[in-house]
Amino acid sequence: MVQLPIYLDHNATTPCDPRVVEAMVPYFTNSFGNAASRNHPFGWQAEGAVDNAREQVAQLIGADAKEIIFTSGATEADNLAIKGVFEMYKSKGNHIITCNIEHKAVLDTCKHIEKEGGEVTYLKVNDDGIINLDELEAAIKPTTILIAIMYANNEIGTVMPMKEISAIAKKNGVLVFTDATQAVGKISVDVNKDGIDLLAFTAHKMYGPKGVGALYVRRKNPRVKVTAQIDGGGHERGMRSGTLNVPGIVGFGKACEICKNELEQDAVRIVKLRDKLENSLLGLEEAYLNGHKQNRLPHVSNISFKFVEGEGLLMGFNKDIALSSGSACTSASLEPSYVLKALGLGDDLAHSSLRFGLGRFTTEEQIDYTIEAVSKTVLKLREMSPLWEMFKEGIDMNSIEWAHH
Amino acid sequence: MAYSEKVIRHYQNPQNVGTLDKSKSNVGTGLVGAPECGDVMRLQIEVDDATGVITDAKFKTFGCGSAIASSSIATEWLKGKTVDQAITIDNMTIVEELHLPPVKIHCSVLAEDAIKAAVNDYRQKNGLEEIKFEESVVH
Repeated sequence: MVQLPIYLDHNATTPCDPRVVEAMVPYFTNSFGNAASRNHPFGWQAEGAVDNAREQVAQLIGADAKEIIFTSGATEADNLAIKGVFEMYKSKGNHIITCNIEHKAVLDTCKHIEKEGGEVTYLKVNDDGIINLDELEAAIKPTTILIAIMYANNEIGTVMPMKEISAIAKKNGVLVFTDATQAVGKISVDVNKDGIDLLAFTAHKMYGPKGVGALYVRRKNPRVKVTAQIDGGGHERGMRSGTLNVPGIVGFGKACEICKNELEQDAVRIVKLRDKLENSLLGLEEAYLNGHKQNRLPHVSNISFKFVEGEGLLMGFNKDIALSSGSACTSASLEPSYVLKALGLGDDLAHSSLRFGLGRFTTEEQIDYTIEAVSKTVLKLREMSPLWEMFKEGIDMNSIEWAHH
Repeated sequence: MAYSEKVIRHYQNPQNVGTLDKSKSNVGTGLVGAPECGDVMRLQIEVDDATGVITDAKFKTFGCGSAIASSSIATEWLKGKTVDQAITIDNMTIVEELHLPPVKIHCSVLAEDAIKAAVNDYRQKNGLEEIKFEESVVH
């Protein structure tokens, strides 16, 4: 018997790998020192542990340890990158280019930049969730200082063409920042091969602890600087003050080391499970894949089940299976996912979507259970859906005058 | 979000799911909501012309669990009521019965609107004037 509940929401967060927890434990008790205490063994020990972790974190993305700034997570790293570049490069310009399916941590930071006198261009994406490179190049102006495009999207898993994006940026002398929260640890990310100047990521999306993340800031070709957003004791070479979260950082380092060693074999195994799930569910009538089928993270599948509402669908099994929906029925705005809408999906399909996020510990048994439970609920709710009945009778739903709220 | 036990019960075992013959003059159909809003409710009543009593009620709903539960309970309450009694069903009674949280009140409003629309459809089919209802609260 499969053990319930099943966790298939790994884009939201991941469990800590037991090896990560094991590495962290001593730093809560015996080795509790402050990494900034320079004059006693407790401090030295903590500093050594942080140095080691910094090396592990850097290696996963092909960076130098000196280029890693530890933060409280990806949201803080996104803020530091965008606000930090905006303030540091003010004399050069005030224009930032991003896209409309970024995470709110980037979009809301850009909104803040606009209030501060910055100018932001929000590129549209095509129906697979990828930006148009010609539009990107055309959007660059003399005042452009930063291109901020996510490495991979959190809802649909689509991976952006980072190498091409950074080539365009380099040609025009513009810095590239990428929110790689969903990508690092899942697919191979290399800041040099990809030509990235700043990169944000976090531990808890790759089997590390919550509350710790990092910003990579390039030190050579070009040397990039950001203005600190948190002032204090001058930690992290003055770019991020605050006592270092030593156990968290140690766990982050260990998580990165494991990902570096196991990422490829994990991806092969997870893709198989993901494809099994996806192919089975797409076998249902009127089920559609959202996002790019190939250029995609190995563990994500976002599917719309037309004529069934996502939250209603989740309710059929959410005691047993943890999933997310693009339906925003729980929110006061009743607006469905802005990411799915940006792909050009009608609101009806956006309301009907489920996001499956598989992980390192997902088993075939769990996938089989999920296929069965989701299929059964879709069929049951369609029997209850007036839209399904109309569809089956061949009624054109656009011909109906709906009462819009 | 945690659902109340009653919502779960109606969701798992919805009452009166189905379709009545809308070509019959004693069947009233109300179709409210919109696919883009994530909620569409179709509620139907079958009326005994002689007594004005609702003898059968059916629904089909595209929506969340609370919307399904609201329509399910509405059909249960409709059966045995007269058409005139039916339009006095208030959305807040559904809210209380199902313990709907504030973000789900619109589901109960939709059910109330569906009842009114079904009654008006029945009246219109039978040469009676449609009742003008006040605009319900913002969904």
